[in-house]
Amino acid sequence: MKIRITCTVNDEPVDLLAEDYKTLLEVLREDLGLTGTKHGCELGECGACAVLVDGEPVLSCLLLAVESEGRRIETVEGLARDGRLHPLQESFADLGAAQCGYCIPGMLMTAKALLDREPHPSRERICEALSGNLCRCTGYLQIVEAVEAAAKSAEGKTSAEAQ
Amino acid sequence: MTGRAPRVIGRPRRRVDARAKVTGQTRFADDIMLPRMLHCRLLRSTQPHAQIVAIDVSKATAVEGVHLVLTGKDLPIPYGILPVSNDEHALCPDKVRFVGDPVAAVVARDEVTAGHAAQQIDVSYEPLRTFASPADSLAHDEPRIHDYGDHGNVHKAVALQFGDVDAAIAGADHVFDDVFFFEGSTHLPIEQHATVALKDPDGKLVVYSSTQTPHYLHRALAKALEMPAAHIRVIATPNGGGFGGKSDPFNHEIVVAKAALLLDRPVKICLSREEVFLCHRGRHPVLMRFRTGVNGDGTIAGMDLQTLLDGGAYGSYGVASTFYTGALQTVTYNIPRYRFRGCRVFTNKPPCGPKRGHGTPQSRFGQEVQLDKVAEHLRVDPAEFRLRIVVPPDSLTANYMRVKTIGLADCIRRVVDRSQWKHKFRKLPVGRGVGLACSSYLSGAGLPIYWNDMPHSGVQLKLDRSGGVTAFCGATEIGQGSDDVLVGLIAEVLGIDPFDVRAVTGDTDLTPVDLGSYSSRVTLMMGNAAIQAAERARDILASAVSDRLGIPSDRLVFADRRVFDSERPEHGLTFQECVCLAEAKFGTIGTVGSYTPPKSPGHYKGGGVGPTPTYSYSASVVEVEVDPQTGWITVPRVWIAHDIGCALNPALVRGQIEGAVYMGLGEALMEEQAFRRLPPRLSGALVHKFPSILEYKSPTSLDMPEIFTDLIEHPDPEGPFGAKEVGQGPLLPIMPAVANAVYDAIGVRVDQIPVTPEKIVRALQAKAAGKAARSGPAAFPDIDWPEPLLVSPPWENGDGRASNENKKSTKVVVRS
Repeated sequence: MKIRITCTVNDEPVDLLAEDYKTLLEVLREDLGLTGTKHGCELGECGACAVLVDGEPVLSCLLLAVESEGRRIETVEGLARDGRLHPLQESFADLGAAQCGYCIPGMLMTAKALLDREPHPSRERICEALSGNLCRCTGYLQIVEAVEAAAKSAEGKTSAEAQ
Repeated sequence: MTGRAPRVIGRPRRRVDARAKVTGQTRFADDIMLPRMLHCRLLRSTQPHAQIVAIDVSKATAVEGVHLVLTGKDLPIPYGILPVSNDEHALCPDKVRFVGDPVAAVVARDEVTAGHAAQQIDVSYEPLRTFASPADSLAHDEPRIHDYGDHGNVHKAVALQFGDVDAAIAGADHVFDDVFFFEGSTHLPIEQHATVALKDPDGKLVVYSSTQTPHYLHRALAKALEMPAAHIRVIATPNGGGFGGKSDPFNHEIVVAKAALLLDRPVKICLSREEVFLCHRGRHPVLMRFRTGVNGDGTIAGMDLQTLLDGGAYGSYGVASTFYTGALQTVTYNIPRYRFRGCRVFTNKPPCGPKRGHGTPQSRFGQEVQLDKVAEHLRVDPAEFRLRIVVPPDSLTANYMRVKTIGLADCIRRVVDRSQWKHKFRKLPVGRGVGLACSSYLSGAGLPIYWNDMPHSGVQLKLDRSGGVTAFCGATEIGQGSDDVLVGLIAEVLGIDPFDVRAVTGDTDLTPVDLGSYSSRVTLMMGNAAIQAAERARDILASAVSDRLGIPSDRLVFADRRVFDSERPEHGLTFQECVCLAEAKFGTIGTVGSYTPPKSPGHYKGGGVGPTPTYSYSASVVEVEVDPQTGWITVPRVWIAHDIGCALNPALVRGQIEGAVYMGLGEALMEEQAFRRLPPRLSGALVHKFPSILEYKSPTSLDMPEIFTDLIEHPDPEGPFGAKEVGQGPLLPIMPAVANAVYDAIGVRVDQIPVTPEKIVRALQAKAAGKAARSGPAAFPDIDWPEPLLVSPPWENGDGRASNENKKSTKVVVRS
């Protein structure tokens, strides 16, 4: 049975009918065509499908789409603004954090949630925050460094704005 | 053209596909959504080994929304990656060989309907004896899992002897005899395999797939579907991780291709995570025995290696894997006489195949741990010991592997120095230790999978008046950065920016053949082809510019999107103006480049596995902390040096090395593709122990050590700008270095991978009870080996041929 869901996705209002058994992951990819969000297990084990729901990282494969009713969803497609990449995207691209890139949307969204809450996290905090996002290519170090670099660049920007 | 310092090569750069990856725009196979697309699910065997007595699909066919049900009779032609083992069917026609072997396929309007309908299919099986281990398969010839192979359930047994190794060992001052075991592990790419097939508007077949080897898939589809290859287009989508696991042509790819042809609608399949574990083709579990004779001065007199591989249910790359377990022992250290005997058996488990390092990490583990034991026995520092026996450059080994440049000694010195090895080895307090190990890997296999004399890689360039350059190559982007290598090299040669070059790759309709992303071959082979194509284009432009400006070609410089006079740099043209000139003068501009590896000096059967244009080398020091109570192991630091020749893009090279260290630590400490029996009330079938990411343990960001990476860069004449491979070699030293470090920390030998707390505790208990302080296999079984091929080493007047080889058997037999 299809049910109606209204929410926002990347700050745009969404009003759709979707099968009641579908997860948020499936609705994002199949009903909204937002295939930037990936899946690696559909069991909540790999972190590839992480999106933000009301600012919190959530595994979209474990959330029924109906549960996103009235909530604010953010996906990798919404990270870049006004034609400019998010600082995390810039640093991930520059520092070799993306190899095959399949885990990267989930990594980026999880890292964004961390930086939104803690603009200057320690390396330990970054590793802890990303520990539910598996990557088989990089060995994580360039990813962690990219998060640190993004935090630093945002810091530079904030102090420049303050002046 | 005059030389100039590289502008692109050697500098850390944002890879050409980075933007797509960080914006979520990289289109992986499962991201392809097409109008009228249907979805496929497979029904897989619940029996490990059984005859199929009957299949009733009537209930499935009747489910609303089902468009097609296929069984083995619809796809009767066998296929397989190696011509000598075409032993797979897209759907099992009469027999299943492991729990997970596909039996039927349902195509329906959506995945849920297809999955539901597949469960309505009734299959009756007549169970056969299950072979759960190599010991089972060696002990019982009947029933045979396959009706081909050497005999019984032995798929392949090989024996090669280079000089009188028995005499060498008998005459040695010390003889070391060690048995090791390396458990199987799987690739675990985060992307689940997916394929979309359709008929294009002309009626030809198009297959998008997460494959590392579109060319081999192309061939397999042509065979299994009985269609001309020219009417099939395979497009390799960027792979969300490969590591060897997407190198075979797969049943699901053939099934959806068949369905799309029959239905004339796009058909997609995306495997579940459990199915990815069942596809496998991962690391073979290998039991091995090393008998090594060592002289009083620390040189090796001879080595006798035996390996036993658990192949699982199908051939896959297994014949090559078997040879690889014995091919590279000789390319690191001088071994004047050498015998290798390898045996691969079939068992009723998912098939093993190539995983990063393909067949070599298992025996590299045994060799490097045994060397640690030898050094200890001789009271020599293991680094010093290795440095004395490193193979010299430009040499030929006992088994006729051609070593070109070798930076192994530099790698050892670098990690010893950087890790402060001399202050740590045997000097740290109990519970802390360091271990050292080395390795080598191919920069591409010297021979293709099927016998042919054609190039291994081809590149085409199109230049036009826009000033843009398009590069076409069959190479496949699996995350390793092959598109970046292609674009970077062309931009370097033509003096333009990488952003000016568009890469079209992995598309059998549009791109010249490249054999695929396996055996660390792409950087060297595609790279050389790309340079050749780019230099030919540069020559055409130079000729046109030289005429126009009245400057001899050899004074022209291509740099900064310009072509100019080296003596008067302001005198020149833009790159785009040059292309226009050349297009006006010569017509449409296109060039090609191709690469074929040098011929191998070994002419004995089996000598085709192991040769490469040049080997990479690595050395690593791993530091561990081991809790003497619980055996818990932590790895705080890893030092690794890699002989890469030349780092084309150092940012990507570093990523490959760190990723290899990560994957090596996973294998060393936790990863196991293991199996169990279901309880008798549930059939007692042999099943995968834990086909889920949660329970198949792999390292997370919290488990990663500090990694100190050093590159040894002595350009190799065989490589593009001197580059060698980096994707696989750096994984190899990690597992033995961990085991050696555990011994340094706590005084017990764990002669099996993974090194787990349980095994350490068991070895500590054995030690306390006065037994050998060791955890590992007790013995290597007696195997009825074939008579070895006798090949004299080069220094014993050998010519690379076996003295006892039947000439006829040297021909490659192609089974259809």
